[in-house]
Amino acid sequence: MSLPLPVTRVTPPSGLARLELAELVEYRELIAFLIWRDIKVRYKQTTLGVLWAWLQPILTMIVFTVVFGRLARLPSDGLPYPIFTLAALLPWQLFSSAVTGSANSLVGSGSLITKVYFPRLIVPLSAVLATLVDFAVSFVVLIALMAYYHIAPTAAVIYLPLFILLALAASFAAGLWCSALNVRYRDVQYVLPFVMQVWLFASPVGYSASLVTSPVARIAFGLNPMTGVIQGFRWSLLGAAPPGWLILPSVAIVGVLLVSGLLFFKRMEQSFADVI
Amino acid sequence: MSSDAIRVEHLAKQYRLGAMRSAFAYGSLRETVSDAAAAWWRRLSGGPPAAASASAGARRFIWALNDVTFSVSQGEVVGIIGRNGAGKSTLLKILSRITRPTRGVAEFHGRLGSLLEVGTGFHPELTGRDNIYLNGAILGMRRAEIQRKFDDIVDFSGVSAFIDTPVKRYSSGMYVRLAFAVAAHLDPEILVVDEVLAVGDAAFQKQCLGKMQEVSRSGRTVLFVSHNMPAVTRLCSRAILLADGSVVEDGTPEQVVTTYLTSALGTTARREWAPDDPSIPGNDWVRVRSVRVVDERCETIESVDVRQRVGIEIVFDVRRRELPIVPGIVLTNEQGTAVFSAMDTSPRWREACQPGCYRSTAWIPGNLLNEGSVVASVALGTFTPGGKTIRQAAVNDAVVFQVIDPGEGGTARGDYAGPWSAPVRPLLEWSLRQGEPS
Repeated sequence: MSLPLPVTRVTPPSGLARLELAELVEYRELIAFLIWRDIKVRYKQTTLGVLWAWLQPILTMIVFTVVFGRLARLPSDGLPYPIFTLAALLPWQLFSSAVTGSANSLVGSGSLITKVYFPRLIVPLSAVLATLVDFAVSFVVLIALMAYYHIAPTAAVIYLPLFILLALAASFAAGLWCSALNVRYRDVQYVLPFVMQVWLFASPVGYSASLVTSPVARIAFGLNPMTGVIQGFRWSLLGAAPPGWLILPSVAIVGVLLVSGLLFFKRMEQSFADVI
Repeated sequence: MSSDAIRVEHLAKQYRLGAMRSAFAYGSLRETVSDAAAAWWRRLSGGPPAAASASAGARRFIWALNDVTFSVSQGEVVGIIGRNGAGKSTLLKILSRITRPTRGVAEFHGRLGSLLEVGTGFHPELTGRDNIYLNGAILGMRRAEIQRKFDDIVDFSGVSAFIDTPVKRYSSGMYVRLAFAVAAHLDPEILVVDEVLAVGDAAFQKQCLGKMQEVSRSGRTVLFVSHNMPAVTRLCSRAILLADGSVVEDGTPEQVVTTYLTSALGTTARREWAPDDPSIPGNDWVRVRSVRVVDERCETIESVDVRQRVGIEIVFDVRRRELPIVPGIVLTNEQGTAVFSAMDTSPRWREACQPGCYRSTAWIPGNLLNEGSVVASVALGTFTPGGKTIRQAAVNDAVVFQVIDPGEGGTARGDYAGPWSAPVRPLLEWSLRQGEPS
């Protein structure tokens, strides 16, 4: 007699981890619930709630405008400096909070991981996706500022979702590496804020990518996925110069980081519950 | 394939000492870069973990589970017992897929729901309603399924008045009830329960036991890990005893529970001393030869039906005719609570005893003790005119036996199936009159 039930086999960790991405689809409702929890809790515990999603980019924009625009008088591709930097700050903050959030997500869910089974990939993934809500809220500020400066998006705006996707993929890739490493080495959570700070200035958030002219520097610049994302935002929304070939190394490096990050994560995942 | 719901073969799990719940749960990069490099190489080259222990020098490893093999048929209710650290939790964690074994395979059919620690993923800021959805999703329920069962869950938990209150305002009892209610409605083919019965008030514990019985009656498989031996003997059809990561015994709950208590207390239902044993209890006046738990026919027994009387037999030698010797017993339960003490009040013990061998049996009536294990200590004493007692011979925790309620009626339990605290459980005579108070 046999049972018509699905069989689950629990086996020792193997050398080659399978990605089991189909399982993520099966658990899609849990992803939705975790995103919903993150957002609900975040807005419940703050007095200003949703206002923070507006205040953060606005305040940073003011600081950048004063420092880079007024004091350093950096060129802004012929655009008003505030909107020039805000169009970069939004994808940057999406990226930065997604990386930080997902890097700390596994350690923060330690009690869950040691007590119940679900695909662990869900944890950093939902942390990344949860930042999209903040992004959508703060996007309103950008739209308002565009209206203020009478800047209409060009037809290239249809490519905007692709650049958002690239930012998400880049942060998920970094989040996979960082969250898995953070389980074993808590150093990650101390190093990360510093890395993000450096990364911010290595990306053309406060200045124009056209300032970087030497061919070698431009290749290095192109390896930073956020360069392509930021240029894409300025191009599709504000009509600045298109990212051009610089986007290709960005996409390639995100692809490599994402696939290797998934493999690394699945590899480390087998011992999360024992180490966390 | 067979009808086995769970099949565990040669399962083993190795932990690095200090890798669990300690300050060294995670290292810093500086400390572990070289180790990690070694570990990477080891994994890539597929070497056994033992090789690492040699290379890592001082690192120590323990086997939390070591070559565990058993299978559970569909519909069986199996108790897993053993001391703390015997590997029970590790076994459940592997079955729940929280951690992976180092060797061996575990296999099961259908959905496995585990109540390892109820309330997993509850968020204090969210309301009871939100947490039911969140927790349900974490345990593997679909949204539609949670919606369908929502009212049942709330009813079962008994916190409906506070369902829209953040759970951080709940009492710990309410919290656990809500958490258990969600988990209890998972309706898995295999239910794994770990010590949830230790929480909540008596009424809620009864509800939990009821739910477990309901699950097992509906033909589903239950693995029940508990230190509550009466609950194991009452609920389970089979028990597995783990010690140091291995299966020591696998059989009927009564038999396995007895083995466990015997090994845990170092005590059996029968103790004997050879005449030349230097540890023989006694002195120049008296010596204890043996202590036994006996039934009506004076056979040694390890467990007794709660309705039957049980005897504690002491065989001893009186060596000099100088003192009156009075035999006495003290009973304690498995929690170490004193049940009662008693001594033989017969007038014959007022006189000094003739030298020789005596066999004294204290008969404990049926329907007096509660279910569970009972440890008997025995003593032979002399009372002085000043009211003092001189212990001539004493054996602490001399013998142990199980009191079992087979659930056939005729006991103080009546129709109640839940947990029953207190050391004794006498069947009283109740009188009743109906009518106006006069």
